[in-house]
Amino acid sequence: MQSFLIIAAKDLKQEFRTKQMLNSMVFFALLVVIIFSFSFKDIIYNTEKVTQLAPGMLWITFTFAGMLGISRSFASEMEDGCLDALRLLPIDRSSIYVGKFIANCIIMFIVEIVSIPAFIILFDYPLSGANIAGLAIVAVLGTIGFISVGTLLSALTVNAKTREILLPVIIFPVILPMLADAVAVTGLILSGASVFEAAAVAKIRLIFMYDIVYFVAASLLFEYAIEG
Amino acid sequence: MGNIDNIISVKKLSHEFGTLSVLKNLNLEVEEGEFITIFGPNGAGKTTLMKIMSTLLTPTYGTVRINGFDTKKEPADVRTQIGVISHDTYMYQELTAHENLEFYGKMYGLTGNNLQLRISDIIKQVGLKYRANDRVGTFSRGMRQRISIARSVIHDPKILFLDEPYTGLDTHAAITFERVLHGLKSDTTKIMISHDLERGLKMADRVMILAKGKFLYSKHTDEIEDLDAFKRSYEELVGEL
Repeated sequence: MQSFLIIAAKDLKQEFRTKQMLNSMVFFALLVVIIFSFSFKDIIYNTEKVTQLAPGMLWITFTFAGMLGISRSFASEMEDGCLDALRLLPIDRSSIYVGKFIANCIIMFIVEIVSIPAFIILFDYPLSGANIAGLAIVAVLGTIGFISVGTLLSALTVNAKTREILLPVIIFPVILPMLADAVAVTGLILSGASVFEAAAVAKIRLIFMYDIVYFVAASLLFEYAIEG
Repeated sequence: MGNIDNIISVKKLSHEFGTLSVLKNLNLEVEEGEFITIFGPNGAGKTTLMKIMSTLLTPTYGTVRINGFDTKKEPADVRTQIGVISHDTYMYQELTAHENLEFYGKMYGLTGNNLQLRISDIIKQVGLKYRANDRVGTFSRGMRQRISIARSVIHDPKILFLDEPYTGLDTHAAITFERVLHGLKSDTTKIMISHDLERGLKMADRVMILAKGKFLYSKHTDEIEDLDAFKRSYEELVGEL
């Protein structure tokens, strides 16, 4: 098995055993959706207004919940010097990054799989099969970009005393262009546009390009992020 | 690969952290199977030297060759040759001893039956077969250090680096640790950093004293009269005990 898959499997095994990150992320995401549903209770049955607000609500939920997980991403490696142990392995350093990236993405997808239905139920939002598929594509692409940057910055800030504060401050400016497009295309899809429509395709293509740039740059820079 | 007469060859090694010079023009040759203990006061540069030899740090000047591989140019090859035991055990608390060893074994390319046999063999050697399926987080400090030995030798390294392995061990755990260490293959070269003069001297074939970034002393243990004589030499050179 490839070393990055072994690292991802190890991280997921640890996480599913303790559920330290997953529980807090899912709980936080649900809480945010519930608070939004209370705040906007007057427009719950007004699909048009909900459609205008939903993209922002969903991406705030995803990224804020994701921050909780990402900031803990390297915490287990700091216990008992495990990060040094990874650095002592005869593997490419980028394998560590890719392994962490895969594990973080899977955890984020679980959070999204829980929070999207919660949003649909609480806002009584009508979504067609095509809408759901389109939303899934955008959520996956947006998450990949977010986790690509987040995993690198999490490694970079792992030794900082104020990493929980520092991480959001440095991550959002980096992912903002991608996030803006993700919010925009989510709005298009929820308005009933197909992912194959020109406007949506252009945005999705941009998000895809951001993902590639973020992922490649982060995997190349990761070696320097974990140097002692 | 270069000259492999000596399994470890350190030449004109210097290391600086900013303007602070930590290691100064060190030379060290280690023969295969030798057990060397390096003593020295805090801040002498022992851990820096260990980190450079194990590829965790890149030296400012000089070269280190491990079994012929250059630590700067061929770090991945060096890493296949070495195992490291530190005061940190490098074990994941939420995984069982078996799962930890399986993870590290896979990372060194062991698979299938070979991996399972190796785990079974080394976990028996360190006397923890009965706790193999328990989470490492439930282990005592001594047990963690023993499972750390198993982790460090899972890929059968030629060289074992031991960085203050006695830290936090009580007398009983330290004795068990020594017994397990003695039970390892005799041709494994071992370099240990320790503050414990008695244990370090007893275990080693050669002892060295590093202070202020320089080797001040190097002697084979059979040339040293006894522990008191060594303590006197240490005090003369380092000025503290």
